[in-house]
Amino acid sequence: MTDTAAPGPAWRMPDLPPGHVRRVVEAPDPVLSTPGADVDPADPEVVQLAADLLATQAVSPGCVGLAAQQVGVAVRLFSVDVTGHAKTKVCHGAFVLANAEVVSATRREKGREGCMSVPDLTGDVARARRLTVRGQLPVTGEWVEVVTDAFEAVALQHEVDHTDGLLFLDRVAGPSAVHPRRTYL
Amino acid sequence: MSLVAVTVLGTDRPGIVADLTSALAATGANLEDSTMTLLRGHFAMVVLVRADTDPDALADALAPLAADGALAVDVRALPEGHGSGADGASYTLKVHGADRPGIVAALTRVVADHGGNVVDLGTRLSRGLYVLTAELVLPAGVTPARLEEDLHAAARAVGVDVHLDPIDDDLL
Repeated sequence: MTDTAAPGPAWRMPDLPPGHVRRVVEAPDPVLSTPGADVDPADPEVVQLAADLLATQAVSPGCVGLAAQQVGVAVRLFSVDVTGHAKTKVCHGAFVLANAEVVSATRREKGREGCMSVPDLTGDVARARRLTVRGQLPVTGEWVEVVTDAFEAVALQHEVDHTDGLLFLDRVAGPSAVHPRRTYL
Repeated sequence: MSLVAVTVLGTDRPGIVADLTSALAATGANLEDSTMTLLRGHFAMVVLVRADTDPDALADALAPLAADGALAVDVRALPEGHGSGADGASYTLKVHGADRPGIVAALTRVVADHGGNVVDLGTRLSRGLYVLTAELVLPAGVTPARLEEDLHAAARAVGVDVHLDPIDDDLL
């Protein structure tokens, strides 16, 4: 019995078309508070949005995840890539999930989060460090389970929240848990 | 529009925040940053407001709050700008131990001597146990390990335990 989540995905992220960098919207834009609609992951527009999320994330310094709401589209689609982050343990590389939901979440710990859509504030949020998320891959629509831990688990919960219309500001630990952001990448 | 600080201190009762903010809203002042807590049942609040009204007129508008003598309300104009000393890496300082005079002074003096800035601080005394939590910002050039070493020395001198931990901002 080890203390780490199961290594390596049993699935592979499908190839996507070239992505375009989109403008990231900032709070209080109402799209960020809008729960996302379910999407057809094989729809060419959804596939393009998936590619655009990864492309936009890739050019944003320090960004490890991006939800459709953050580029102005209220649907249940997000990208994650925690490759190379110092707190990453289990890592599934760059991927996009549609219609994702948390299946199980344990070992909550508090951390300080920032968000590209809330550029000047950070917040103390308790998130699970062991996580299983179920969602569909773009292009194929295959249902997959992402079993992960540590930083990737935190990133996935942050992005699932976005697709439910929630910001980290909705999760902070109390009135003293919102802070001015001091470090910009 | 000028920046004004309103400080309210006194005996707690339900409705103080509603009364204060209603009176401010009636003047057209806009609440910006604020903090409020109860200390042993005593109400303590600081509000920064953006106001067209001059501070004396604002104080007149808030005078009914203090009319029964249970609350003290102070209004003063603040200079613009964010001040200095709040850029750098964040750390939490946690201290607990047997109560005695001088614990906060001893530890925050060490922080200050290293160039660190206290940006948030709270203390609680529960029977004989004293608890301090603070957030510090350490500017570039401060060596956290050396600060920690000096904090431990100061803590030993006043008989408390101390922990210094970095706070990472994760951009998600």
